[in-house]
Amino acid sequence: MQVQLSHPARTVEVKGPKKVKDLLRELNLVVEAHLVIKGDDLVTEDEMLYDVDQIEVRPVISGGNQAEVEARPSKNLRLTHPQPEPKPAFT
Amino acid sequence: MNCTKCKTKAVIGLPRHNAAFCKGCFNGFVHDQVARAIKSEKMCGKEDRILVAVSGGKDSLALWDILLKLGYRADGLYVNLGIGTYSEQSHAKVTKFAEAVAASHGATLHLHTVEQEAGAGIKELAQLIHRPTCSTCGTIKRYQFNRVAIEQHYDVMATGHNLDDEAARLLGNVLHWQEEYLDKQGPSLPASVEGFAKKVKPLYRLSERELAAYAVLNRIDYIVEECPMAKGSKMLQYKEVLNRLETESPGTKQMFYWGFLEKQSKKQPTASTMTEKDLSVLHPCTSCSQPTTAVVCSYCKMMARAKTVVPR
Repeated sequence: MQVQLSHPARTVEVKGPKKVKDLLRELNLVVEAHLVIKGDDLVTEDEMLYDVDQIEVRPVISGGNQAEVEARPSKNLRLTHPQPEPKPAFT
Repeated sequence: MNCTKCKTKAVIGLPRHNAAFCKGCFNGFVHDQVARAIKSEKMCGKEDRILVAVSGGKDSLALWDILLKLGYRADGLYVNLGIGTYSEQSHAKVTKFAEAVAASHGATLHLHTVEQEAGAGIKELAQLIHRPTCSTCGTIKRYQFNRVAIEQHYDVMATGHNLDDEAARLLGNVLHWQEEYLDKQGPSLPASVEGFAKKVKPLYRLSERELAAYAVLNRIDYIVEECPMAKGSKMLQYKEVLNRLETESPGTKQMFYWGFLEKQSKKQPTASTMTEKDLSVLHPCTSCSQPTTAVVCSYCKMMARAKTVVPR
């Protein structure tokens, strides 16, 4: 089956039939950090996938802007503390 | 795997709840978790005007969608950071959602473009002030979000921070023993002083995977690509570690963050004491009037520096 992956975007060929959880294990991917989409539909870990299926394994993790644990202010620009909120406003 | 509630074919399993749901029951579960968060943390009422920070990602667009479907009056704010094609794509996703979904609920989208004000995108600004890009991004977004909420008279600002975000942030703060940040890691922060809007995180009961599933199931077109500036960030590393633990031991993330909230609630300063603390250290920035502990706030310092260096 054709399996589309992200970060970086690429397609790999995996031999079926295979359960979703076994596909993720073979690709060394953590269930909690991914969704598996067959065609347009989400599938659960016990679903069987076949060679004819078009599969997307989509990562769900995002976000990097966590100022308070990334770094302290530089000497050139002292941040005022506390900030309005120590967490960035967007995800 | 069948739906725990209606016994039809499930589309997602939720090990931490020992449950699985079909699309309809999963949407009901997600809406219920958000309604529960709003009620238990006294975030807002149906009559309040809410400003949702939208980035084009799954969490913020899902939050906007859920709030509108639950009957809240929620508008959006998008900050274009000027990160090349990434910002172009995320802007397009937000605009599409605003026109296709939010407009039918009578909601509008506000826009702020960093390059228009600063003359440079976020990456150049960060280099200019010798700070990590993610940190600079946080300063700009917090500032603009609060500014629009205050100027446009919104009652509350809502962000799409989810359980994974909060658990990872808590892990980072605990690992570095940054105790000063813990008091403000609750999902609802009051408008403690003049110039600060109330801030809430209605998604804190839902995981990133659940929110991605909600977006996929409800055909919310979000930007799947990771922000190129976030590559290798510590938060992503913390999330990875927590997800490995979660896979082995379902419920770890919620036990960690919700357990923290429970402990905090027993010793948490009340809204009035938080207000007293803020009042004692904060005063209006001499340049923009937003609350700060310094004479000039960090945002205004950054913009002043940008204007002296970046050719206009």
